[in-house]
Amino acid sequence: MVANGTIRERAHDIVEEFGLFDDWMGKYEYLIEIGQALAPLDNRHKIEANRIHGCQAQVWVHPEMKNGLIFYEGDSDALITKGLVALLIRVLSGQPPAEIVQADLEFLDEIGMKDHLSSTRRNGLASMVKQLKLFALAHTGSA
Amino acid sequence: MNATGAIQDPVPGKFDPAEVRSLFPALQREVYGKPLVYLDNAASSQKPQAVIDRLVRYYSSEHSNVHRGVHVLSREATDAYEAARKKVTAFINAPSEPEVLYTRGTTESINLVASSFGPLHVGKGDVVLVSHMEHHSNIVPWQMLCEAQGARVRAIPVSDAGEIVYEEFERLLAERVRLLAIAHVSNALGTINPLKRMIRHAHDMGVPVVVDGAQAAPHLKIDVQELDCDFYAFSSHKMFGPTGIGILYGKAEHLETMPPWQGGGDMIETVTFEKTTYNEPPHKFEAGTPNIADVLGFASAIDFLEDVGQNRVAAYEQDLLAYATERLSEIEGVRLIGTATDKASVLSFVIGDIHPYDAGTILDRLGIAVRTGHHCTQPLMRRFDIPGTVRASFALYNTFDEVDALVAGVRRIKEMLG
Repeated sequence: MVANGTIRERAHDIVEEFGLFDDWMGKYEYLIEIGQALAPLDNRHKIEANRIHGCQAQVWVHPEMKNGLIFYEGDSDALITKGLVALLIRVLSGQPPAEIVQADLEFLDEIGMKDHLSSTRRNGLASMVKQLKLFALAHTGSA
Repeated sequence: MNATGAIQDPVPGKFDPAEVRSLFPALQREVYGKPLVYLDNAASSQKPQAVIDRLVRYYSSEHSNVHRGVHVLSREATDAYEAARKKVTAFINAPSEPEVLYTRGTTESINLVASSFGPLHVGKGDVVLVSHMEHHSNIVPWQMLCEAQGARVRAIPVSDAGEIVYEEFERLLAERVRLLAIAHVSNALGTINPLKRMIRHAHDMGVPVVVDGAQAAPHLKIDVQELDCDFYAFSSHKMFGPTGIGILYGKAEHLETMPPWQGGGDMIETVTFEKTTYNEPPHKFEAGTPNIADVLGFASAIDFLEDVGQNRVAAYEQDLLAYATERLSEIEGVRLIGTATDKASVLSFVIGDIHPYDAGTILDRLGIAVRTGHHCTQPLMRRFDIPGTVRASFALYNTFDEVDALVAGVRRIKEMLG
């Protein structure tokens, strides 16, 4: 799924959606739903180069440059992790590399997923963000 | 323990976990606004107030270096430090105090044996035998030894129930096995291995045996003489004591011939630039200023365990395990990993196709602390063809209500993710 709008606008939408739930259960159920709705990643992209390390679950993110924009696809064998992958993709995919590098991902905090950013959570959200941004950084000159 | 007279009763029988719980300050806290249900004891247990107080008292008024000063503080610290060794010696029924070495923990104990004893016994083409259920800490040090010596590590297969396949063990022993390294209790499955029989068999073939006792010490009465093992390694932090301190028991005949592992102060007799002579065991293996405070804290943890009564602990934990096994088995889709006849209080399971990480995350939000993943036993997880398990591990302060909370949590996970 590729949404319209800037990174900030997309993140704002996500915060609003999660704001509809007033307890953690609802938020997690919604996150799991988002993960389940993520388009499956083709097996040929589930390669070592696309693997995110530091996760208990297996996670892959496949980046691609098209017309000066970066498009991400991803997958995980754990659903909560997959939901987090889906959120990152929704916010960052289809954006210019320079914007991705600069992206402020505070929305994860606002929706109550901040503790997932801690490297000790071992879901690798921090590693995912790093890897997504690194790919963008490598392509900032070509935009 | 004097504050809780009721649990001083040495007669095996029921005891009130609520009373024991009250001695553990960490168990009084909440997470996410819910009471903490701590079921990650196989990773590390919580500490009773007596252990915490002991550390504070030592640093507040007793601290000094050991085996060095002639002054009062150093003498007192040395006396307390060596009295603790005496306590540990009795706790595992070791024949003598010099056979009990302080280390940083089980991992360091095993590495010490692999580094110092290993090269004396394992040479080119030889085999170090482990089991398929070993923790990485009881695999990797042997692989490092074997790499250096041109030897190889072989693993005793494990059955679907998570038990040693005994005939395979006997068959493998007939090969060029020079050392057997085996867990007393499996950290991932809870299996209690038939050590006495295995050690007798190994000795019949002239094979010395190193036991990883990390998961046994909090649950079973350890008797190294009855086991007749050559080495026994365990950690304080899994048995209500401080982190960073552990024990290596070694038979005197081995410790005397083994070269020192680390050089430094305390492990020497005389030092000249031409030739240094070494101290006797145990000091030969304890270079440098040791972890004095945690040794004393560990001694308090042993006092605590002995006051509660290890037999009563074992009986209570078996009841808890049986109840948890029954309740979890009632849930459709739950598959227990490790169904050995003889088990300690570890319950590893998978819930249908639900990833253990997802399950652990939801349980965490419910205030229930479990471990998820491969539990440092990747070969074992591959053996069962699973990415990992959810592991609930119980200690003497856990309650039947907490088992109910776990069961309710698993049902909730199924609703959310199933």
